[in-house]
Amino acid sequence: MKIIQLKDIAHARSGDKGDSANVGLIAINPENFSILQKYVTAKKVKEHFKGICLGEVERYELPNLGALNFMLHNSLGGGGTLSLKTDAQGKTYAAALLRMFIEVDENL
Amino acid sequence: MKSIRIAAGQGFWGDWLEAPKNQVRQGPIDYLIMDYLAELTMSIMMKQKRKNPLLGYASDFVDLMSEILPDIAKKNIKVLSNAGGVNPVACAKAVREIANKLGIGDKIKIAAVYGDDISGRINELLEKGHLLKNMETGEPITALKDQIQSANVYLGADGMVEALKNGANIIIAGRVTDTGLTLAPMIHEFGWSMTDWDKMATGTIAGHTIECGAQCSGGNCSYQWESIPDMANVGFPIIEAHEDGTFFVTKHEGTGGRIDIRTVKEQLVYEMGDPKSYITPDCIADFSSIQIADAGPNRVKIWGIKGQPKTEFYKVSISYVDGWKAVGTLVYTWPDAVKKAKVAGEILRARFEKLGLKFDDILTELVGVNSCHGALTDSEDPNIPEVTFRIGVRGHDQKSVERFTREIAPLILTGPPSVTGFAGGRPNVQEILAYWPALIKKETVQSVVDYF
Repeated sequence: MKIIQLKDIAHARSGDKGDSANVGLIAINPENFSILQKYVTAKKVKEHFKGICLGEVERYELPNLGALNFMLHNSLGGGGTLSLKTDAQGKTYAAALLRMFIEVDENL
Repeated sequence: MKSIRIAAGQGFWGDWLEAPKNQVRQGPIDYLIMDYLAELTMSIMMKQKRKNPLLGYASDFVDLMSEILPDIAKKNIKVLSNAGGVNPVACAKAVREIANKLGIGDKIKIAAVYGDDISGRINELLEKGHLLKNMETGEPITALKDQIQSANVYLGADGMVEALKNGANIIIAGRVTDTGLTLAPMIHEFGWSMTDWDKMATGTIAGHTIECGAQCSGGNCSYQWESIPDMANVGFPIIEAHEDGTFFVTKHEGTGGRIDIRTVKEQLVYEMGDPKSYITPDCIADFSSIQIADAGPNRVKIWGIKGQPKTEFYKVSISYVDGWKAVGTLVYTWPDAVKKAKVAGEILRARFEKLGLKFDDILTELVGVNSCHGALTDSEDPNIPEVTFRIGVRGHDQKSVERFTREIAPLILTGPPSVTGFAGGRPNVQEILAYWPALIKKETVQSVVDYF
């Protein structure tokens, strides 16, 4: 097994929808989409955002874009103008997801 | 095959002022579209309109028109924007005055598209059984109806298509969707049926691609951001739309930034929910059907988009008064900057409790350590050079929030050492306008088009 950080194989963008944030995670090279698909599960993302994402994490697949979309519910301190957070719109959550390490097969 | 060039000029109210001028002057375009409205912009505009009935629109748009109207008239460019905010008619009249002053009044036909504002009809709608239930909680708006500041339906492309058919070249709308601004010219130019759902989805996704301006042409791009050239002169995106539903994303020659599948994909996934079900008033677009490929330098081809029939509902964006908030900051330095900031937070919380201040939420963040990425980056390292201690409160007791703003500065002389950064004075108390998303049956709302 080897450990890789998502920032080395993916890029991402995030934004807000009410009190939920979305993070789109895109494989830099489309052949790496299957790695994202296999290892970056909703459960793993929920654990990664512990203390930030207080609700469910939903995962959607976009193989046509080599991308996954994560909805992080209850993650923005109330969202919109209610939020007291510096990042009330989850704009930096994309970068936060790219911090994630995943353990993959040696030959990948 | 017929094709048109639709250029994005603004991604939000406050975007780069040079961008729309550059779009008009640095190369050929047929349409200039500009999005000025975010969810809560409408309530800010409503406040302005209450103070002065001639206000309530994006004033930047009128300033911009006074600069570019001659170019627009000369080059036969058409402009579509939701700059009208809560007062599209006043905005249209202001632009009419400018056109006349510039001596090109006969070359400009302005349309105001509205009917989106239902704030004056809440009681009537409730009586008729339209409960405007919150899309997230299912709760009806009834209990909050006296706190409503603004209520606007997101209209689709139809009013703007009608205005184009009637020869308008400046279209000033209220709350129309961002995507409708791009879809409307495609329907008008190509004669697309508004029940050809694949085509409606194509125009909608084209709109989504450019609605945030340079965010698809290199801005905020997380892939090799340092390699993106000449961001000082970033070119805003242009859709080259073809009649068959294929479109290209590009920008003017010689401008900065970058358009490739990576910069475009990042924008495609921005603010996305379920990708198979991107709901607008015009259709349901399926982002999982998008085919995308590089098609030359700064040129991306998109095709194959599928859509589903529109729903019978409009989305309504309602804002209402929901308490007050304030945020204050101080800076602590080495040694033990993090510990000092944390102790400062504890001292303040103890003082709030003793004073009996009532808040719904108190949030302490250490900017430079954990304010954005939370526990992922938290640190107790005593050698961190400096942190910004940031504390915010929110509540329904205005007096408590006001008192909070007076409790920050005293920490300088009554708390941990090596503290600075209070030159800005006491924080401001802000009234909170909260956002209530709801649905309403389409037949209850009629879009209106007037000409000036």
